[in-house]
Formats: sequence, C-alpha cells, structure tokens
Amino acid sequence: MTAICLALACSRSDPEQASRAAPGATGGSTTATPAEGSQVSAPSAQQLALSGGEATVFDDSKDAFARSAPNLTSEERAAFSVGNNFFNDNWVTAPASTDARDGLGPLFNAQSCSSCHSHDGRGQPPTKTTDPELGLLLRLSVPNPDGGAPLPDPVYGGQLQDRSLTGVPKEGTIKITTDEVVGTYGDGSSYTLLRPRYDIVDLGYGPPAKDLMISPRVAPAVFGVGLLEAVPERDVVAATDPDDANGDGISGRANRVVDPATGQQALGRLGWKANVATVEAQVTGAFHGDIGIASKLVPGQECTATQTACNAAITGGTPEIDDAKVGRVVFYDRTLAVPARRHVEDPDNAKGAELFTSIGCAACHTTELHTAKDGPIAALNGQTIRPYTDLLLHDMGEGLADNRPDGLATGTEWRTAPLWGIGLTKTVSRHTRFLHDGRARDLTEAVLWHGGEADASQQRFRELTAEDRRRLISFLDSL
Amino acid sequence: MTYACRTVRVMGAPLTLALVLGLASCSSTGSTSSTTTAAPGSTVAGATPGTAPASTPGSTPGSTPGSTPGSTPGSTPGSGPGTISGTAPKLSTGASVTAADKQAVVDTYAAGVYASYVAAVASAEELQADIEAFTAAPSQAGLDAAKKQWLAARDDYGPTEAFRFYDGPIDAPETGPEGQINAWPMDEAYVDYVDGNETAGVINDPAAFPTITTDVLVQANEKGGETNISTGWHAIEFLLWGQDNNADAPGNRPFTDYTTKANAERRITYVSLLADLLVEDLTTVRDAWAPGADNYRATFVKDPDKALADVFRGIGALDMGELAGERMGVAYETKDQEDEHSCFSDNTANDVKNNALGIQNVWLAAYPGGVTGPGPRDLVAKVSPAVATKTTDELATSVELTSTFPMTFEKMIQGEDADPGRTALKAAITAIQQQGDSIAEAAKALGLNVNFETD
Repeated sequence: MTAICLALACSRSDPEQASRAAPGATGGSTTATPAEGSQVSAPSAQQLALSGGEATVFDDSKDAFARSAPNLTSEERAAFSVGNNFFNDNWVTAPASTDARDGLGPLFNAQSCSSCHSHDGRGQPPTKTTDPELGLLLRLSVPNPDGGAPLPDPVYGGQLQDRSLTGVPKEGTIKITTDEVVGTYGDGSSYTLLRPRYDIVDLGYGPPAKDLMISPRVAPAVFGVGLLEAVPERDVVAATDPDDANGDGISGRANRVVDPATGQQALGRLGWKANVATVEAQVTGAFHGDIGIASKLVPGQECTATQTACNAAITGGTPEIDDAKVGRVVFYDRTLAVPARRHVEDPDNAKGAELFTSIGCAACHTTELHTAKDGPIAALNGQTIRPYTDLLLHDMGEGLADNRPDGLATGTEWRTAPLWGIGLTKTVSRHTRFLHDGRARDLTEAVLWHGGEADASQQRFRELTAEDRRRLISFLDSL
Repeated sequence: MTYACRTVRVMGAPLTLALVLGLASCSSTGSTSSTTTAAPGSTVAGATPGTAPASTPGSTPGSTPGSTPGSTPGSTPGSGPGTISGTAPKLSTGASVTAADKQAVVDTYAAGVYASYVAAVASAEELQADIEAFTAAPSQAGLDAAKKQWLAARDDYGPTEAFRFYDGPIDAPETGPEGQINAWPMDEAYVDYVDGNETAGVINDPAAFPTITTDVLVQANEKGGETNISTGWHAIEFLLWGQDNNADAPGNRPFTDYTTKANAERRITYVSLLADLLVEDLTTVRDAWAPGADNYRATFVKDPDKALADVFRGIGALDMGELAGERMGVAYETKDQEDEHSCFSDNTANDVKNNALGIQNVWLAAYPGGVTGPGPRDLVAKVSPAVATKTTDELATSVELTSTFPMTFEKMIQGEDADPGRTALKAAITAIQQQGDSIAEAAKALGLNVNFETD
C-alpha cells in the first residue's frame, strides 16, 4: 500500500506522468519529461480543452456554468429541466397556493438555491451589512467537551440564518471588517491582501456561546459535482499521503463524514472541507440549513429549543420537498456541464501551465481524474476529467485557518478547491472573489494566500518574474 | 422592385408609434444590400391579419400571427388609433446573407420590440386606471372590471417574454426589472392573509410596516437576491382574485376585502402601489427600446451579429428552457395542481399561448401595431429554405395547440397520461420542443451558436 501511495504521490506532481500511469503503476521522477517513444502521448490541446470529458460544454458566456451535459437523453433533459426549476424558483411562506413550493424558513439564508449560486456560479461576501444575500454564510459551533466533532451553538444552531419569516426574529447579521496585509514579490514590488474578521451584529437571541467558533463559507459554483462524485473512492484514497511518506511536504488526507442516506461513514468529497459525501447530502443539507426546507433525508426545522417563534411557525408539511423533487434537483446538479478550457494553445497559457506544474501547484490541484465506468448516470461514466483537485484535505496554514474542525478536517485543513471554470467566474458571477470566504479579490491574491503545505509553491510564485506570474494567472483564467 | 407607400391604420397602438418607427422614408427601391444604413427596418402593414407583404421572402400564407382568433397583437381596447405609413425593406436576392440583410432584420426586430412594449404599457396603464377606479369606490363590478383588464394586459405582456434571456432591458443583471414584474411563485402569505393564517402578510402587519410605500415593496423584493417575491403581475393577481382554493374555478376574493375586511385601506394602498410600480417598470423597458434615443436600442442595432444571436437566444430560451421546460414540463411532471403561473386567475393556459405567439411574432417579424418587415424566418429562408418553412409550420402548430387547450391548465396536468388534458398538454410540449430544435437548426444555418437553456 505504501509503495502505491508513494508512486502516486510522485506522479501527482506531473500531470503528464499521472495521465500515463495507471493506478498502482510505478511512477517516474517528479521532474520527468515526456520521454521519446513514450507509449501514451501527452494530452492534445483538444483533450486539454475537455475539462469535463464528454460532459463538457463550449460556452464562455454568462450561462457557461448553467448548461446541461450535452450527452443526456431527452428524458434526462426533462429531469434536468425540472431540477433547474426547483433550483431557481423561490420558496415561499406556508401556507400558500403553490403548496409544492411553500415551507420557506422560518429561519433561512436564501429563498432559492440560485439566490446564492446565481447562474449556478459562485457567491461572494457582502461588502456592507445592508447588502442582500450574496452567498456567504457562517457555520457556528462550539467545541465538543468529549473531544469529538464540534457541536452546534446551543442557541443559534449550526449556522447563522440572517433572514426569517415575518414574526420570527432573524438570528443576526454578518459584519466583516478587513485588515490589510502587505507582502512583497521577489522582484521587490509589493501587494496588499485583505484579511477579514467576522462579527455577528443585531443578534436576535442574545449572546452566543462564549467559545463560539465561526467558519465563513462562500457558495461555490455548482457544476461538475456529479463528475467529482463519480470518481472511484479508491482513486481518491490512493492519492492520500497522510504522513508525507514521500517527503514532498504535502500530506493529502481523505475526510470521512456521515452520509445521511445510509447513516454510515463515507468519503467526504464536496464542500470546502470535503465535509459532504454526496450531491444528495449537499442538496438536502442546503435545503434544510439555507432555505429552511425539510426533506425526508434532513427533516424538521432549523430551530433550536429556545427559538420559540421559529418552532411555532407554520410549516409547509412533512416533508416540505418530496423525494422526487429532491431527486430532480440532485440530478440537475450532477449533470450541469463543465465549461471547456479556452485558449489552450495560447503560448502564455501553455507556459503558465508548465509553471503551474513546475512550482508545485499540480501536486494538489491534480490535473486529471477518471470517473467510474458503472455509475447511475451514463453521461458521466468513464470520463477523463480535468478538475484540478485531488478532493483531499491539506493544511493551508494559519492565514487561511478557520480553526474549526469538520469531520476529520482540522482547523487549518481545506479541501483542494477544483479550478475548472474558474476563469469564467467574472463572466458568470460578475465578481472575482475567491477562496472559502471570498477574501481574495482576484486569482493572484488567492495564490498569495496559500500557506501550510502550499507555502513553498506560493513562495515560488512570488519569486517568479512579473511576466511569468502573469502567464500563470493567464493559464488559470483559461480554465 | 419597388414598394408602394401605404397608409394604414394602426390597430390600437398609441399615436407615439408614428414617431417611434421613424417611417418617413417611403423611398426604398431595389436591393437594400448596398444601402446598409437606409433600411428603416420596419414597416406597418397589415391592419388585416395575413397581409404581410407578399414580397417578404419565405412568407407562408396563413402563418402570420394574428390569424389566430383573439390574438391580434396590439388590439388593446380603448387606446387611440394612429395613422402612419411606411415601407418594407427587403433582403438581398442572393442565397447568402449580407450585412445589410442582418441589419434590416435587427432594425425590424428593434421596432417590433418597441411596439410590443408600447402595447404592454398601454394595457398596464388601463389596469392601473381600473384599479384606481375600483379602490376609490369598491364594488363587485369594479373588481370584475379590474380582473378583466388584468387578463387583457397579460395578453399584451406575454408575447414580450420573447425579448428576455439575453440581458436586454427587461432582465439585464442588476437593473432589469423582470423579477419585479413577473416573479413567480408569489409569496402570498408575505403579502396578505391566506387560508390558515388570517393575520399573515405585510398588509396585516402595521406594527412591522407602519406605512406601506413603494420602498417597502421594493425592499422586500431585494431581499431575494436574484429572485423576488411580492410585486408584479402575480402579486396584483393575488390581490384581485385571492387564493384559488377551488378545483374548478379561479380564486374569488370578495370585494369587501377592500371595504370592511381588516386592513382594507392598507390593501388598497398595496395594490395601488403595485399597479404604479408595474407601469413604471414597463415604461422603463419600453423607453430603452425607443427609437432615436441614446439608449439600449441604439447600441443593440449597431452590432447586428450580436443582436441576431440575442434574437435567437430570446426565442430559443423562452421556447426550450422556459416554456417547454419550466412552465409546461415541470407542471406536467409534478402534477402539482397549483404549479401553474397564473394560479389565482387560472389564466396559465393563456400565458402559455401568449408566449408561443411571442416566439412566432419574432420569427415572422409581425408585431403589435402592425409593425412588420424582414425577420429571422426570411433570413433563414435565404440559406436554408426547408428549415425556414419547417420552423414556420411548427410555430403555427404550437400556437394552434396552445390556443385550443380543452380545459384550464390546472385540470390538464391532473390524472393519467392518457387522459385528454395530459394528452393535449404533452402534445403541446412536444410541439414546442420540436420547434425549439428547429429554431436551433435555423440559428445554426445562420452560423450562430446559441444556448437555449435558462440559467
């Protein structure tokens, strides 16, 4: 097992190597270049463009994240359409004439999935307390006296709901204060980052626990989750290197979390801390926590015992969304297409891609994965995908730490964020705020925030010439 | 070829239309392919349905919008007739599409969009007046008149939905009022009492909302982020009809809700402000399409290639993603009795028909007020006549199918798949999907790569 891990950990650093090596094959050196006479050639520009394999769509418009996988059947397309509808449309106060769509709240962050994932894209932090919902929420918890997973705040529960039905006090408002952090590139030029601090103001239910832990999480783009879910667990786990046996300074740990559908531990793949096992768990969890919609999988209302008005509010029935509709929304999320990479052959991008690998980014932002051949959705099966993530947890240093454990993830660990489609964020979501809390104002800042296991790569980035830094960012923009 | 100047009576369109269309030029002769700037882009033909200029390439007899009974665009009762004259620009004669051809189609489209919103604003203003009259002296007759006008106004608004989905004035990010105008589903319990909660809503909550102002309504809407909750057509519909708790009839709100019912005055204020806001929002959109101004339209017509892609995106997304998918397909699949858009008035079947008409209007370039000229159909006919004819025929079929639904939408979706209602609905969905495929084919024939899904 160790040998396999070692081999893969080595090959992870080199996308071409990784693409050639079958799981379990012995990898070459981390600096291997494509050898003459190599049996499998490096991916062509055309292949590199197909970020989601056959589930790729060629669209660089504001709808780039909102397209269905092109290889769906017409029946699947109809299911996608229904899911899209329940993803986009508002939930309303119960009781309503539209009783299939009532049950909002009583406490909530958003009225629809699309409130935060607008055009299936990425949310951003508010810039002032009066901003409407933009897609940042605060997870709340207190330490577990038994040493296990953190517990919800006894009064406010597991997340701050900053909206509520009339007659029910909202929990509070997020207030963000930023401090400037100044740094310098190797060439002497300087940059300024913004480090956010979070407060909760307008508290609706008195003071929270004294040892309250806050973890801000921004709504990620939605597309591609079905493909990530379809990567065989053994492939993900095979790439782990929890004790850094290969000594490259990068660990890579798999999270284990409870899958609500089975009640069993499962590999965590989704969410900022790989704290969610399946798309279904993600969807039902968000319906419950963010919109206040109860499902069979995640029943009841998000009210703690002391929130009396919340507990007394009229509900939209039990459940508020039935299994069939949950299934449609899950199907929709799973089958959103991945936008193709653009300008692959642009010389700057090609050079940027080389730099991405040579300074070590690709060690975690794995350039190529493969989906299982036998999954339930034919369109997602057997695909070669380029998500630029290993789906594993990595220590990202104190600078990014939320100090809030999640499953097996420590307070400094985060899941490698997928990078596919990231260059279209500005087009689709009309902003360029990145990282788990949207603190980075552009991709360069996002790179500069990398610490911990990624610190060496980040330092190498800072030592690049301005021209090479631009090329690297240009490559990211092409994804 | 020479076009004769014609003087026609514009059915129902306000006098301002004459200014709008800028149809002083009656001089178009010969091919417009060499005169890219000359095309006024539109003409007024057809006070009589089916009289689109015979010279329009690819025109199919009998397929002109307006041939469907009751669907004559712009026939808003009570608005004054205007008299304008114009001439139909025509496309080049070859089998290729020239820049001037595209310009002519785009110019016609812009004029048609404007004429459509002119009609929509006019009938919304009448609704506003009827609501004002009703609330000044509430009576059953007054309420009935307002409801009748709401239905009439929806007939003018529905076709304009073909102008959505490309970030135009109606739904531009940040500024487009679409969510405020047509948000669905309606958060009725946020607005007023509902069955099971007599004190629900802003109207019945003077403590939290001491005075009801437009700001209160708009503010509430902003909370939803991308989507909205408590203004627009369906909020007005709710305040006129009330909840639909009947299987066989629309809602039946008593007019005494506006006299003796608790918070009647606040209800009057709410519905009046909604009507004002609707007119204001529609007017803003209309003006963005007004000719001769430094506005969206001026920019739109300057880039015919992009504009043409937008034209196809608009009708394609309304057709496939919205109409066949979200509006009909979802209701067909979920069978949720109230999963219909005009659920208080049971007008959903008409909404569907009006959307289908809107798509046909754009395709044929035949708009309210008799605005017509070269349209996408004619452009496609130059490069792929078979696709153009097929699409035209399929659009006519869809309009026919959606105009002849055997029962209300809420009844249609119920029951077994073989029941008459579900059979009729399925046939319409299939027809609309099929024409969507053809519209995509047509776009492709013009070299356009257009996505027809909603976001």
